[in-house]
Amino acid sequence: MQIFTCPFCGPRSETEFHFVGDFPKPRPDGMAKVSAEMWSDYLHNQNNPKGAASELWMHMACHEIFRMDRHTVTHEVTGSYALSSEAQS
Amino acid sequence: MMKKYSALTLFKEGLNNQKGWVPAWRTARPKSRYDVVVIGGGGHGLATAYYLAKNHGITNVALIEKGWIGGGNTGRNTSIVRSNYFYPESAQLYDLALRLYEGLSKDLNYNIMLSQRGMLHLAHSPAEMEIAARTVNAMQINGIDAELCDVEKVRSLVPDYNFSPNARYPVYGGVLQPRGGNARHDAVAWGYARAADNLGVDIIQNCEVQGFIIENGVCHGVKTSLGDIRADRTGMAVAGHSSVLGAMAGFRLPINSYALQACVSEPVKPSLDCVILSPATGTYVSQSDKGEMIIGGGLDRISSYGQRGNLPMLETVIAGLMEMFPSYRQLKLMRQWAGIVDVVPDSSPIIGESPLPGLFLNCGWGTGGFKAIPAGGTLLAHLLATGKHHDISRPFDLDRFTRGRMIDEGGASGIAH
Ligand SMILES: Cc1cc2nc3c(=O)[nH]c(=O)nc-3n(C[C@H](O)[C@H](O)[C@H](O)COP(=O)(O)OP(=O)(O)OC[C@H]3O[C@@H](n4cnc5c(N)ncnc54)[C@H](O)[C@@H]3O)c2cc1C
Ligand SMILES: [Zn+2]
Repeated sequence: MQIFTCPFCGPRSETEFHFVGDFPKPRPDGMAKVSAEMWSDYLHNQNNPKGAASELWMHMACHEIFRMDRHTVTHEVTGSYALSSEAQS
Repeated sequence: MMKKYSALTLFKEGLNNQKGWVPAWRTARPKSRYDVVVIGGGGHGLATAYYLAKNHGITNVALIEKGWIGGGNTGRNTSIVRSNYFYPESAQLYDLALRLYEGLSKDLNYNIMLSQRGMLHLAHSPAEMEIAARTVNAMQINGIDAELCDVEKVRSLVPDYNFSPNARYPVYGGVLQPRGGNARHDAVAWGYARAADNLGVDIIQNCEVQGFIIENGVCHGVKTSLGDIRADRTGMAVAGHSSVLGAMAGFRLPINSYALQACVSEPVKPSLDCVILSPATGTYVSQSDKGEMIIGGGLDRISSYGQRGNLPMLETVIAGLMEMFPSYRQLKLMRQWAGIVDVVPDSSPIIGESPLPGLFLNCGWGTGGFKAIPAGGTLLAHLLATGKHHDISRPFDLDRFTRGRMIDEGGASGIAH
């Protein structure tokens, strides 16, 4: 069992966390102008890197979404960040 | 020329102290150019190479594998074959595979040990029985064999199952596909390799693709650890590593890689004569010809390229097994392992030309592509030979994500193996 750190609740069991997607993942702006290709890319395509990854995760106990940096082969976690502080930096 | 395998050659070799066997395929060095390069020596890549030669007469083909053939998911799966899907597109695809499997030992002159002992998918409530009836109807309309079983039929198929009145997940019945079952996974890889080699395909192991030769926006082959290899057309069937190769080619895919685990028990006397899956526990189990219980379940929860597997899912799967077969508590686990599978949002494969012209995809099989190997190979070979879709592969093109025409088998047929 691996321990992940929620920026709000601290170290918790991996089973409490849910993978959301890539970080950053900006939503395309301006409904009318966005092509089907751009929507499809935003909705479905993933970076899915082998190695260092920046991802969005949800801690299901507090329902906060945050950023976690980790290695997808070794599973080593190098940082968890609240999104608000991230957005300000 | 390939030495034909038969009961007679086995007998003769017995008298000959087994001294007359020759390697089943050559150790090939890569040439600098081929008509077609196929990346990935799993079942799908090997079958593609074989059908290019057999169905299309294209024999100037290289099959490139970074490790050893069958060392990926093809040699790590729980070897279940079936075609009990819901949508007509999937039924056509997976039943093509099953029909080809039914003739494969003969076609390849290699015993793939296909055992059609039946695949039973349980129902645990009256509501699940209604869905089971709907599934059976859909399968029968698609021309696939399917039987709706009541609890007595289930009892006759799996007498050791937990039918106790206070079972946490009582059995109401299930869906049986009698033609489902198992095949020997290594034999599928080795049989295709031997037959492809015999038709002239170069099987190149320990050769990693590290990039693509791209000229004027078109793929003209691959850059490998053994040098550049040019080709008119390139196919890739690299499962969990599809995004890694996609990044080399300059595109992203709707894929996340996850570890999927399995484990086997010590061998015991024959006691389980079908493949059984409980959607409530998420666990499925069958008994190998050696007697081991082969146990599997759902994906790990964390996307990963670590070919190990995490403990929480293993615990869930084993707890499910204990609930289903309390007598299996006495069994010792012998081995546990994982493979990295390519998970797509609608749990259906991607077959078609990639965003890089000249490079063709066979990926996204996720947790359930072993059963599809003969079809995946047939369809990718058709694309590589003709540049056009086969009718059966058309719905599975990458464009379905832009067109919004998903084939959502994740929802329609539950966890897929
Ligand atoms: C535990 C487990 C249980 C499963 N159970 C079932 C089941 O019961 N039934 C079922 O139908 N399916 C099952 N599956 C899924 C099934 O195993 C896969 O969908 C199927 O084997 C995929 O075949 P493939 O040929 O596409 O991939 P693989 O067999 O994984 O082959 C891909 C190959 O590509 C090679 N490769 C990767 N990158 C490169 C590179 N850069 N250069 C060269 N080569 C490269 C890899 O080394 C690998 O050998 C299971 C999978 C797992 C892990
Ligand atoms: Zn939290």
